[in-house]
Amino acid sequence: MDLACTEEEEDFRAGLRAWLAKVLPALPPKPAATDWPGRRAYDTAWQRMLYDAGYAGLHWPVAAGGRGATPTQHLIFLEETERAGAPYVGANFVGLLHAGPTIAAEGTAAQRARWLPPILRGEEIWCQGFSEPDAGSDLAALRTRAVRDGDDYVVTGSKIWTSHAEVADWCELLVRTDPAAPRHRGISWLAMPMDAPGVTVRPLRTLAGSAEFAEVFLDEVRIPAAHRVGAEHDGWRVTMVTLSFERGTAFVGEVVACRRVLAGLARAARANGRWDDAVLRRRLGRLNAEFAALWRLTQWNVSAAQRSGGVPGAGGSVFKLRYSHARQELYDAAAEVLGGDALDADHPWVADRLSALSYTIAAGTSQIQRNIVAERILGLPKGR
Amino acid sequence: MDFQLTDDQAALRDGARDLLTGRFGPERLRAAVGAPVPDRGLWRELAAAGFLAVRLPEAAGGVGLGLPEAVLVCEEAGRALLPGPLVAGQLLAGAVDGVATGERLAALCDGAADPVLCEFPDACAEVVVLDRGAPGRAAGAYRCAPGAVTRAPFASVDPLTPLARLTGYPRTAPLPALDVPRLYREAALLTAAEQLGSAARTVEAAVAYARQRTQFGAPIGSFQAVKHLCAGMLVRAELARAAVYAAAVTGDALDIAGAKLLADEAAVRNARDCLQVHGGMGFTWEAEVHLHLKRAWLRAERWCRAREAEERLADALAG
Ligand SMILES: Cc1cc2nc3c(=O)[nH]c(=O)nc-3n(C[C@H](O)[C@H](O)[C@H](O)COP(=O)(O)OP(=O)(O)OC[C@H]3O[C@@H](n4cnc5c(N)ncnc54)[C@H](O)[C@@H]3O)c2cc1C
Repeated sequence: MDLACTEEEEDFRAGLRAWLAKVLPALPPKPAATDWPGRRAYDTAWQRMLYDAGYAGLHWPVAAGGRGATPTQHLIFLEETERAGAPYVGANFVGLLHAGPTIAAEGTAAQRARWLPPILRGEEIWCQGFSEPDAGSDLAALRTRAVRDGDDYVVTGSKIWTSHAEVADWCELLVRTDPAAPRHRGISWLAMPMDAPGVTVRPLRTLAGSAEFAEVFLDEVRIPAAHRVGAEHDGWRVTMVTLSFERGTAFVGEVVACRRVLAGLARAARANGRWDDAVLRRRLGRLNAEFAALWRLTQWNVSAAQRSGGVPGAGGSVFKLRYSHARQELYDAAAEVLGGDALDADHPWVADRLSALSYTIAAGTSQIQRNIVAERILGLPKGR
Repeated sequence: MDFQLTDDQAALRDGARDLLTGRFGPERLRAAVGAPVPDRGLWRELAAAGFLAVRLPEAAGGVGLGLPEAVLVCEEAGRALLPGPLVAGQLLAGAVDGVATGERLAALCDGAADPVLCEFPDACAEVVVLDRGAPGRAAGAYRCAPGAVTRAPFASVDPLTPLARLTGYPRTAPLPALDVPRLYREAALLTAAEQLGSAARTVEAAVAYARQRTQFGAPIGSFQAVKHLCAGMLVRAELARAAVYAAAVTGDALDIAGAKLLADEAAVRNARDCLQVHGGMGFTWEAEVHLHLKRAWLRAERWCRAREAEERLADALAG
């Protein structure tokens, strides 16, 4: 068991720190949460800076235009960027963490050449069109139909909860190509341009007040068959290959951020006198242990992935279950520290308290994660 | 960074597990519950295998390994519900004659606890008290002459760990070589490691029972309410594992406080959930579950209890 970084890893960290110290002060101010074009511009500009500095697609394979970094280097990257207060992956999330890796793993050479470089350079934004009104946790129940017509598929149906749909250029879309086949066998993975005729995006307002996600209606949208990644009807497998990436690495940097917030809570509580409340103090102490351990669990999972050649294991579900809960606890504690100010919707901790509510739902609900842990790790029998 | 067991560490863990499975199986466990005196033969055998002298330098007849290895041994002991003052033995090996070889048993008592409890009072020839100091009184570890210790009976909740309340423990012989804060820290860490072993074991026991017990024509493990209990147990155990192992690597006081806190939670709550999964069987004396729960309660009370850990961890925030 070794927590120390190798010399090579420390060099990487030092180089990254130096670069961050140089570029971050010159960054423009963050746009408002409701300024979607502004947010897109901000997120893509940051991605471009990463690209120019050689940090884009760090964890992607070299053949896909990535840097082929080890999981540990990727972890250092997430740790240091978060620590330095660098921008978060933002609208580049789906491109970098799911659609991109899927194309890298399953796409043809031509597909990789077409779609991957613009993701790395911050030129194109992707969104994820998986969930449907009647297919959420039970994703394989999806009904959006794709009918082959010459060199195209004609796609009709609707998607929901599509994050960043308003600003996306492309959508990784799961569609049903064979309605007669068993549910998991008749699905295909398509790359859909969001400006294709027949695509209508209707923003949905979240409980936090902003429009983070949208409904996407598809009315006879023509998508070239060449935009299908993987074999026809094989989209379920194509998707699952990379879904664990999302759970494995998506929240790593956030743990660092949570520890910063926790220190802020302690400072605020000392300043406003609530620190004298032993119940609150002990609660913050426990959260300190919690987030420290979540960071250690991350290092544990990353080391396991490194040993297995980069494949994130089921450890991602264990992590997500605990982290999503801990994040909600953190902001509940923040409310306790804030007292009456916890009702001030403009307070950043209050906004984060609201958004934390999505963590036990998005990317597989906690109930679904428990099913996964129980069935795939513990080997309990499938329910009926 | 390679935060996983090395091959040697994995071999050590497997060896400890095999030894305990072979020498301390279900029958022996049952016998120990009926007569909770440490099995001196077994103790010497474990000592010969290096269970006590894990960290003693090779020149002094020890195995010469570090805190992570000591943690792995304690984890396995916790898993097996091994009775006996193992943590005290590991910490006092080399400092008190005969402990490393298993010839003599020593008890390590926290002088700041209330009451001051002593494990295996009849079997321990040596009582070492950790005085953490107070204003006007320096911290120090003391050995009490066995004849001078007075004690009151104490009905231990854990059938595998007899306890006595120390009423008089004169400081006959100071042990100046022992670093008290460090001893306290390491006692907490090794105890946390035992908790981790117990927490991991109760997940396995619950899962095994859930697969085999049938109700409504199906294994109870196919019911989601049961499944989710088991999943929650694994999450607790794995988080505690990361915390305990990391604390073993860093040896840092705060890391250890956090590890103890999470390992206590994992051991106690997992034993409770394991009991629930076992239904009426879980409420029996015969099933192993209550032994895990009671021992977990006992360990949670010793060496850095939740209140102390939380206060220290809070204190460290934005100091
Ligand atoms: C902020 C946010 C962003 C999102 N972004 C995207 C996106 O970009 N693209 C995308 O495709 N999707 C996205 N989603 C959708 C997300 O993946 C789904 O919300 C999630 O999978 C749950 O599906 P559902 O909402 O239909 O809930 P349901 O599946 O209807 O679940 C409702 C409740 O039932 C429980 N439940 C359902 N099935 C079971 C079961 N088998 N066992 C036990 N309990 C069960 C659930 O746990 C939940 O508590 C996003 C969601 C959120 C909140």
